[in-house]
Order: sequence, then structure tokens, then C-alpha cells
Amino acid sequence: MLRLEKRPQPSQVWTYLTPLLAVVITMIMGAALFAALGKDPVAAITTIFWEPLFGEFAFYYRPQLLIKGAPLVLIAIGLSLGFRAGIWNIGAEGQYIIGALTGAGVGLAFYPMESWVIFPLMVLAGAFGGWIWAMIPAVLKLRFGTNEILVSLMLVYVAEKLLAAMALGLMKNPEGMGFPGSRNLRQYDSAHNAELITGSGMHWGVVAAMIAVIFAYILLNRHILGYHIRLTGQAPRAARFAGVRPARLVLFCLGTSGALAGLAGMFEVAGPAGQVSIDFNVGYGFTAIIVAFLGRLHPVGILLAGLLMALTYIGGELAQSNLGLPAAAIQLFQGMLLFFLLAVDVLTNYRIRLSRPEVA
Amino acid sequence: MTLTKLLATATLALGLATSAMAQDKTKVGFIYVGPIGDGGWTYEHDKGRLAVEAHFGDKVETVYQESVPEGADAERAITQMALQGADLIFTTSFGYMEPTLAVAGKFGNVKFEHATGFKTAPNLSTYSARFYEGRAVQGHIAGKMTKSNIIGYIASFPIPEVIRGINSAYIHARKVNPDVEFKIIWAYTWFDPAKEADAATALIEQGADVILQHTDSTAPQAAAEKAGNVITFGQASDMGEYAPMPRVSSIIDNWAPYYIARTQAVMDGTWESVQTWDGIGPGMVGIGEISSAVPEDIKAEALALKAALADGSYHPFTGPLKKQDGSDWLAEGEAADDGTLLGMNFYVEGITGDIPN
Repeated sequence: MLRLEKRPQPSQVWTYLTPLLAVVITMIMGAALFAALGKDPVAAITTIFWEPLFGEFAFYYRPQLLIKGAPLVLIAIGLSLGFRAGIWNIGAEGQYIIGALTGAGVGLAFYPMESWVIFPLMVLAGAFGGWIWAMIPAVLKLRFGTNEILVSLMLVYVAEKLLAAMALGLMKNPEGMGFPGSRNLRQYDSAHNAELITGSGMHWGVVAAMIAVIFAYILLNRHILGYHIRLTGQAPRAARFAGVRPARLVLFCLGTSGALAGLAGMFEVAGPAGQVSIDFNVGYGFTAIIVAFLGRLHPVGILLAGLLMALTYIGGELAQSNLGLPAAAIQLFQGMLLFFLLAVDVLTNYRIRLSRPEVA
Repeated sequence: MTLTKLLATATLALGLATSAMAQDKTKVGFIYVGPIGDGGWTYEHDKGRLAVEAHFGDKVETVYQESVPEGADAERAITQMALQGADLIFTTSFGYMEPTLAVAGKFGNVKFEHATGFKTAPNLSTYSARFYEGRAVQGHIAGKMTKSNIIGYIASFPIPEVIRGINSAYIHARKVNPDVEFKIIWAYTWFDPAKEADAATALIEQGADVILQHTDSTAPQAAAEKAGNVITFGQASDMGEYAPMPRVSSIIDNWAPYYIARTQAVMDGTWESVQTWDGIGPGMVGIGEISSAVPEDIKAEALALKAALADGSYHPFTGPLKKQDGSDWLAEGEAADDGTLLGMNFYVEGITGDIPN
């Protein structure tokens, strides 16, 4: 019989090595999967991991990594704060949508006026939208003891309905011949989240993601609030004795993650996506959960994990169109990454013991 | 010795010839919104792609990317294809309009074709099918076949194309059966078997014995089959596995002739930016085999209607027609212009309920 036994002291080295090991195992198993599909496994893996960075068209893909990675990092940083304290915001996708709606709403309300104040107002509105949407599960949890996992997740579907209603109704482009979707914010200078340097991929969302990483790092390592967050996650009882007020922590963690997710949505709708449309959200809020854990809930780790995730997306698309790999195989490949990370994690924290079945 | 040399030269010549031919290959890219196995919309576009391959053989190379989300990711997928040397790129969903326009602006040498949109550029064409012509035939059969006089309609999104379909089906059902009533459910999806099945079941419970669908899965067909005595029509593809009952006919999207013609135009250097909106006549809209469940006389009438639509002698939106609010729309004998049809945002007189906003 195999059984798992908790290691008294998990190895520090392995804690940091496991994400890398998980990536390597994913590469090997992914190669096997692609080979089973009749594709050249080496070509597939190099297309996914090498081509976007150093291939012929890397000049285009490298900036795309930032564009794809920024919302993931921004959302994951917010989520990681709560996850460390045992506060589970699973509904970042919904907060992302609402942030995009409030942000775009402010921009569209000013159309066609041109002014420098419009964009900062949109940023504030985006953060506020995400924050208020996250306050719903927070307040319900504090007031009625509801489970924030369920409430925040359910609110994603509410947000999706709201998005569809906005794209078909209030925010519909009056010059769009009756088709759903708002005006294109990229064609409205004051509201456009443009590249700061042409061709670099750097837009305000990327800048915001970097600032969030730095702030989260300082918060967790240098600030009393960060200490409270870590303490609550590791020893809730001790935290209460140390004077942590759980209610404030819930409000702070859900609020911050909501605001950051809202910001991500706002930067996306004003930049890369350009318009409020029915299919605006593509799962960043859920993928960010993987990114947060892949990055060990550590700000720097999340930054790297976000970029890695972006790489598998962009490389995966390349593999699809160049090698004819089915989209499902790429999704499977990304799923493997989380699966192996969790598997390797188990072995970091537990050891496998062989025990003989008791003789009756 | 001479023989070997001769052979070597021949091989060399052959090698040169093949490499020259490889360079002459026209590369055609396709961006799909769903998986190629969806059995509906994307499946039919991919059939068009395969037809291009079959038609041109070695002269063409096709690439595709499936399940591309509509939005920022689409722009990257399209750019990627352009970078990889595609000469012609078809983007096959409405939501790709803005991304296609953006990429077309960056790659002046690449030709783009966007399905169902309305924005064009010197190197960006649009193409769509006059599905409402097929809806007219469906409406005729539905009006004749219904016994409960209630026809259920599973609509996707309240956009002009869908509203056009509802109006066209209603006008022609009403024409042959003045007592007919339409019950419309908005599913807010193009493809979601569970939702579509729920909608079909709800409509059947409300007494509908004909189900029309503007969504792409076969789930409503299965729901109708279970209920028995309910007829349906295949959407986007033939859905012939449900014939002869419940599926009595279908509207089939046939993109192959268009894709072949446009690829040929790129090869010949005659490609120009156009706005194509073709119907039954040019073969972009097909009417699937009318099954044995439909009596011969109704079938003959439906085929006559199809023939009149095909040769252009009849337009599905011909006056006198009024809008839902009772105001006049088309005078006696007047046919609707394309502009009004493309932006259609109203029901015709007689349909109950409001278009959701």
C-alpha cells in the first residue's frame, strides 16, 4: 500500500525548484502528446517555447508577450494577497468585466470630446468597477457568513450577462448598423490605451502590472499589513491573538484583487481589445489563478509565471497555425502545467511511504 | 557515365522546378471562431477550405486556426498568418471585424476577406450569404406543416441578420397560413447544445410543433426527435442525420465556390475589394433535401419558391409590408433595399413581442 506522509520540514530548495520541474515535465509529456497526434514533438515544443522569443518574427511576438502577460500578472498579484490569507476570490473574471464596462462607459460618455483627463478618469472608473463588484462577496461574507468562493464565482455569470446587455444595448455603437459592440476606443484618442513606445507592446496596463508587482513585494515583506496577511494564512488563531481584524483583511484582500482585476479589464478594453463586445472576456480572471499558484503567490514569481503563461498562449497559437495542432491539444498542454505543478507540490510537502497491509 | 550525368541533371532540374513551384504556392489562411468539428458554422467554412485544397491541389497551401476568441487575440492570430506569408486570409466571424481591419492596415500586400461584416478597405473585402432567402423557404414549409399554428424560433443574438431571418420566415409562413403565431426565444449564443436543447423543449411545451433555429448545434433536433411530431430544419449544415423526421429540410452555407473564386483571383492578380452578399442563385445558400415527411404538393411549392428566389424573379421582402408598430414599410410590389436589410432592427407586422435591447 502506498500512503502519503507529511514531511516535517519541506525542503526550501525544492519549493523554488518545483515550478521549473513542473515546466520540464510538462514539456516532456506535451512532446509525447504531440507525437501521439502524429506531429514532430521537437518541432512542436520549439515552436511553443522558442519561436516567439527568438524566431524569425520575434520582433512581433516579444511585445505580444507583454500584452498577453500584463492582465494575467495584474490580476494574479491581487489574487495572491487574498490566497495567502485564505480568502478565495475566484471571480476575478467578473471583476475584470465590470472594470472594463465602467472604464469604457466613462470613455464612451465623453465621446467625441478630446481631453487629457478622460483616460485617468477611465482608469479610476475601471478600478472602482472591479472593487465594487468584489465588495459584494466581501460584504455578504462579513454580514451573512456566505462563502466568498461561491458568491464571487456566481457573480462572473452575472457580469457576463451585464456585458452582453451593454454590448447589445446601452453601449452599442450608434454607427454600428445595429450590430452588437461599442465604438472602437482605439479610434478615440483620448480614451485609447495606446502603446507608449510604438512596437514595444508597452501600454499603461503593462506599467500598472509592474507597479503592482513592486507594491505587492513591499507590502508583503516590509509592511505590517503584509505580515498580517501572511500570518492569517499560516496560523489564523495566532493572527487573532496578534490583533489582526479578519473583517478588515477580507475587505482589503477582496477589494484590492477586485480593483486590480477591474484595472486589467479597463486597460484591455481601451487598448488591445478596443471595444465592449459580447465575447470580450477570454478567461484571464481564471487563468490568473493558475498564474498566482505557478508563481508561488510571490510577486516576482507571479511576474515570471505570467510571462510563461503568455508564452504558452502565443507559442500555442503559433503551433496551431504552423503545425496544424488542434486547439484542444494546446489547452490540454496548458492544463498539464497546473496538474504537474500540483503533483510535484504534493511530493514536496509529503513523502510516499510503502506500508505493508496489516495481516489479519 | 553519361547516363548518370543525364539523370543527375534531370534530378537537378526537377528539384529546381519543385522549389520554384513551392514559391509559387498561394497561401490561404482561415480564422475560425469555433472548433472545426462543431457540425455547423465553422464546420462549413472548413469544408470550404478543403474544397480550395482539392480544387487547386499543389498550387495552394492552406492554414487555419480554430476557436480563436473574438477580440484582442484575434488580431494576433491574423497578424501571425500574415507574417507567415499568407497571401489571402479569410476571417469567418462577425467579431473579427475590427481586428481584421487593423491588421489589413498593416499588411498592404495581403488580401483579407471578412465574413458578415460591413467595414472594408482597399485590401479588405466582406462577404456574407443571404440566409433570409432560405428562411423564406423554411417559413413556407413551416406555415403549411404546422397543426398547432405555433412555430417556435430559437434566435441567437438580436442583430440584423437574425432579425432578418425571423421576419423572412414569418412573412412566408403567414402568407400560407394566416393563423400562424411565432414564439421566439433568445438563446444569446451561437453554439451551446445545453441552452439550445432547453429552448427547444420550452417551445415545444408551449405548443410549438415546428422549431426553427438560428443556432448551430443539433441539440434542438434531438429535443424535437424526443418529443415526436415536431419538425425542425438543419442550420448552417445539413444535419441530415436527423432526416426524414424531425429534420424536414435545411439551410446550408456553401462557402466553397466563393473561396475558390477568391483564391483564383489572387493567383491571377485580379483580386479587388468587394462586398459580396450572395444567396440561393450563386449557390452560397443551399436548401437541403426536403424529406419524405413533407407532402409532395408542399415540397413542389417550396421548390418553386426556391427557383423563383434563385433566378431573382421574387424577393422575400416584397410589399405591401408594414412594420410591427403598424407603420408602412414597403408599398405594393416594392422590394426592400440592401441598406435597410443590412441594418434591420424591427419586426414586421404580426410578430408579437419586442426585440431585446
